[in-house]
Amino acid sequence: MKILHKEILARSNNLYIIRLEIIAPEISRKAKAGQFVVLMVNEKGERIPLTIVDKDIENATITLIFQEAGLTTKLLGRLNPGDSLYALVGPLGNPTEIERYGRVILVGGGVGIAEIYPVAKALKEKENQITTILGARTKDLLILEEKLKKISDEFYITTDDGTYGRKGFVTDILEELLSSKIKAMGYKLVYAVGPIPMMRRISEITSSYNIKTIVSLNAVMVDATGMCGCCRVTVAGKTYFSCIDGPEFDAHLVDWEELKKRNRIYQDKEKHICNLYRI
Amino acid sequence: MKQPIKVKELAVSQRINNFSEVVLGYTENEALQEAERCLQCKNPQCISGCPVGIDIKRFIFQITQKDYQGAYFTIREKNNFPSICGRVCPAEYQCRKACILTKKESNFASEETINIHFLERFIGDYGIRNNLEVSQSKDNRFFRFKVAVVGSGPAGLSCAGELARKGIKVTIFEALHQLGGVLRYGIPPFRLSRDILDKEIENLVKLKVEFVPNCIIGKTISLNELFKEGFQAIFLGLGAGTPLFLGIPGENLCNIYSANEFLTRINLMSAYRFPEFHTPINVGKNIIVIGGGNTAMDAARCALRLQKINGLNPNVTLLYRRTEVEMPARRLEIEHAKEEGVNFRFLVQPKRFIGDENGFVKKVICLECRLGEPDASGRRRPVEVEGSDFEIETDLVIIAIGLKANQVLTSVTPELKTDKYKDIIVDPETMQTSIKNVFAGGDIVGGEGTVIEAMGMAKKAGSSIIASLLNN
Repeated sequence: MKILHKEILARSNNLYIIRLEIIAPEISRKAKAGQFVVLMVNEKGERIPLTIVDKDIENATITLIFQEAGLTTKLLGRLNPGDSLYALVGPLGNPTEIERYGRVILVGGGVGIAEIYPVAKALKEKENQITTILGARTKDLLILEEKLKKISDEFYITTDDGTYGRKGFVTDILEELLSSKIKAMGYKLVYAVGPIPMMRRISEITSSYNIKTIVSLNAVMVDATGMCGCCRVTVAGKTYFSCIDGPEFDAHLVDWEELKKRNRIYQDKEKHICNLYRI
Repeated sequence: MKQPIKVKELAVSQRINNFSEVVLGYTENEALQEAERCLQCKNPQCISGCPVGIDIKRFIFQITQKDYQGAYFTIREKNNFPSICGRVCPAEYQCRKACILTKKESNFASEETINIHFLERFIGDYGIRNNLEVSQSKDNRFFRFKVAVVGSGPAGLSCAGELARKGIKVTIFEALHQLGGVLRYGIPPFRLSRDILDKEIENLVKLKVEFVPNCIIGKTISLNELFKEGFQAIFLGLGAGTPLFLGIPGENLCNIYSANEFLTRINLMSAYRFPEFHTPINVGKNIIVIGGGNTAMDAARCALRLQKINGLNPNVTLLYRRTEVEMPARRLEIEHAKEEGVNFRFLVQPKRFIGDENGFVKKVICLECRLGEPDASGRRRPVEVEGSDFEIETDLVIIAIGLKANQVLTSVTPELKTDKYKDIIVDPETMQTSIKNVFAGGDIVGGEGTVIEAMGMAKKAGSSIIASLLNN
């Protein structure tokens, strides 16, 4: 649970994206692409889920990447090498189904880029042809560009403000790729992680081309072992627990409206606590 | 015959703005008077009503002789956690119901039966205060054995206690960051004070039990790996961890909680002390709790306290589809909930939830019920009355209608045979599962039960583990 390395991956104004390498021998040995951990920063802390971005079995570490958003991620960002987490448990959730699909598109938005990295790596090892589309608000907030470029056969970047890559959204590129008919027929899978509106829009686009699309959902969790049902999502009209049935689901079947609303349950309280701690 | 000695409780006004323990327990004098009431039957029925077979007659007699130490060890022969059981056991359905003073045909113990649970609590607390300890056996045949216990709830703790007393090296693996399982995340501190829980767990540490929190067997470590690490036997006390929902429209609206989530946020994560503790919980003005068991009572009473702490007028309504008599909750909890101001509405079945434009619940549509023929549980089945629809305004709903098996371990361990409810199948004689040297007990065997029933199964498994270790 001890932090071995810390790196500020990106910074824009007061917004930080941070990478931590944490000693966790058992989790490191077991973790597979798509899985996550739950951690607590201190004994009064909240339990939050974070995707396992990378692992190093030799050094017995796992890598987490997060954007400082709520109180917990901000407190996490203040920890330094040598500090220990209060609690760390995993690997949780089901691993991504890594198969030889053929041509796949991976779309990452914001800090979601960190979450597509382990999946991209695993898909590449299975000899898939990888097209990667990364989107960031601005150039300074783009992460993992080099690492993902290396394993991609085709590689695109968009920024909302046009400071880097193409000005616009990942969905612009996705639509272009798919609207060329021959190409659209060749893509077997789209894997996307990012803000809910991004994943939702991607789902709409790929649904019209009938391309299998997997998303990793960031529902609110407590225990993350199926005990509380806080993370329930509706998929194809049925209720699932994101923590044990997911975190990945078929994007075309997700009730996005419900997810969007459920993720805002504690919005006011989060603002309040961040103001209170002046963080 | 003398009247039963009433146990002292916090006044309602002192209860509902905090999470302090409500029942204060007997003083020595009160315990003596209550113990004197025991008839010391030649053929005591109470013992048969106890899932772990405590020699109730004997420990009550020892109390009358002021031999509290003796009484403590009499209980500890059969039960490792008298202070916990004295607080949470539904005695009116168990030992007290079996007591000769209970009127025949009664659904639960009559009032005049001996308050066995309060006496047990008195003795358990006496043991804690006086650091009474059960010593580890000196039998060196056991020192070389290592056993893994999965889950630190009532079953796991109990099994660990049984084994550790023999001198077996026990390691308990717990998924959460704190120990105690449902005793920690489920049962609120006003029913089981955290000091008592910590003390009872400390007793295991004194017996050299090792605890590994933040470790999910089936995820972090597999059963096979535990054997490879040198554990010769494994006990699974996984609990019935997964909450059931009603399966009606609108159930995933915001501010509809499972009781497990609501209670975990409060009890485990201390959300009632937000923002000092960082886990949030929402508080409604009109809170609805659905269900009739102890969990529903716990949720309702927590909800009421949350309202009070947040400066709202207490307004919690509990909906139950049968009537008060059929409620599976402990009578004392029902009484406490009523005293504290929880409203009860019986013969009501929720049919759908309606939300506002932001996806928060604002109404529940219900049907009235009447009682029909008895069902498999022996209780009269609620029958919905057609056309009786009515609505209740609400802004927070807690669903407390039961739990089912958590499948985190069983789903990745196909050799571990389960029944149609995904509960683990065991040999009822030995509690051994379909895997050799893997035993199970508690709610993951046979579904939801009481703390003491879980302990009973765990004890049985403990004995089988000891026997099998010696035979191998």
